Amino acid sequence: MHPAFSMIIFTTLSGLGYGLAIVLGLGLFDPALVATKLAYIASLAFIGTGLLASLFHLGNPQRAWRALSQWRSSWLSREGVMAIATFVPLTLSAALAFFANRQDVALGLIAVLGSLTTVYCTSMIYGSLRTVDSWHTRLTPVCFISFSLAGGFLLASAFSTLLVLKLLSILLLLMALIVKMRWRNRSATLMPLSTPESATGLGFIGKVRLFERPHSLDNYLTREMGFRIARKHAAKLWIISLMSGIALPVVALLTAMALGPGIPAQLIMVIAVASHILGVLVERWLFFAEAKHAVMNYY
Amino acid sequence: MTSLPQNRTSKKLGLVIDLDVCVGCHACVISCKEWNTGGYGSALSDQNAYGADVSGTFLNRIHSFEVVPEGGQIIGEAGDARIVHFPKSCLHCEDAPCVTVCPTGASYKRSEDGIVLVDEDKCIGCGLCAWSCAYGAREMDLAAGVMKKCTLCVDRVYNETLEQEDRVPSCVRTCPVNARHFGDLGDPLSEVSLMVAERGGFDLMPEQNTRPTNKYLPPRPRTALSSVAPMIPLAENTDGARGFFSWLDKTLDKL
Repeated sequence: MHPAFSMIIFTTLSGLGYGLAIVLGLGLFDPALVATKLAYIASLAFIGTGLLASLFHLGNPQRAWRALSQWRSSWLSREGVMAIATFVPLTLSAALAFFANRQDVALGLIAVLGSLTTVYCTSMIYGSLRTVDSWHTRLTPVCFISFSLAGGFLLASAFSTLLVLKLLSILLLLMALIVKMRWRNRSATLMPLSTPESATGLGFIGKVRLFERPHSLDNYLTREMGFRIARKHAAKLWIISLMSGIALPVVALLTAMALGPGIPAQLIMVIAVASHILGVLVERWLFFAEAKHAVMNYY
Repeated sequence: MTSLPQNRTSKKLGLVIDLDVCVGCHACVISCKEWNTGGYGSALSDQNAYGADVSGTFLNRIHSFEVVPEGGQIIGEAGDARIVHFPKSCLHCEDAPCVTVCPTGASYKRSEDGIVLVDEDKCIGCGLCAWSCAYGAREMDLAAGVMKKCTLCVDRVYNETLEQEDRVPSCVRTCPVNARHFGDLGDPLSEVSLMVAERGGFDLMPEQNTRPTNKYLPPRPRTALSSVAPMIPLAENTDGARGFFSWLDKTLDKL
């Protein structure tokens, strides 16, 4: 599948923003602190930037509001509805922290639930597609939620000196690693659901091979579903994404804990977050670029 | 509503495509583009039409496949490799995933005849329906930013200003070898349904659980080259020669 830049930015940043929103909603931060207020801004900024990026993917973004109507059947619509609905408890919680130095438990828990559901809906846009074998698994939402939580707790650790946050970050990062490795192992070993033989129905005669394309040059389908560029670097990029997204942040967290509160530890945490974002961007690029679509059985 | 229609009539309009007779001339591709670029919805645009890197939106494309039976690499051994021309357009599936994934309600399946259409005024061009389609039946028009697909020429089949014989999809009307047939596949006694029953018409990718309406008729078994081969030496036989030719045959033998 074509790794659209807008989709990669959207899933990475909004996942991170919702992860931080979950930590904030759980009430682990003291709402009177300046850092907490900054964390609210960061969370809303990440979510907002991600959602804006997703609009760039559309052919007619001025009609995007229509996407809120089909939540009965469409995961994309559900995602849009949940994203907007989650802004309500989230901005209210932020306002409470800003103007009253208060944290409301109920409001916080609603934000947690909303954030989790939104990330789940995002992942199901991909997970529900039967046409892409590597995406069509329960593990896809588990991966998205794991990365969102890991990123959220890591980001939260940069805003707080709480030891428990750093410990949970390490745990969640390692969980994300295990889940993602299982996901990738599955997609590397799976048998494709459809083959050129089933796609043409000609398997009863023999082995089917494309003799001539419908047109000599590329079309929308081959550009969108038949992405192959740089797949040869996939193995290296996978290592880079693990190093940058998981390993380096874990080392940084351990170092920051060893150093104790202070400017050096703070700097290390900023580097850890930047590194994690880069790693997840690469992971998302691979998520799209490596996915094979059933329609390519015709090409 | 992008949920699939709950109260469907039994009518299922669709195509039956005969892979035995399609010669791969691409006439249906051109007539489809011609009719649909001026008909339903926005035009089917081309990008860089006169440049080196030309591409465009098509609702119907012809692929050509080579099918090689086990051991068929050697001529005359186990049946021969053969070329099958393969027209492909929207199959108007019963369980169309392109309809249910649509976030805006632009993509819908008609309850009265099962045709799957896009309401282009509602389409935001997110492309998710094209991702959900295993058959590559949907293509985003890059100029209009909306999804285009086969309408089964809904603006022809009910069009009373056209002659009766023209009230079929453009591709069906234009096919010079009658490889494409249009009709009601929900009626077991319709011409197309009988054809499917008789020839063993099949679904494409049944494992995708889409239950396509369009059916494909398999290529008939071909006469193997090996069964034709013994005829060639017969051409050298002069047993049947009479009169002048008999004399000439004998004379030439003596020389």
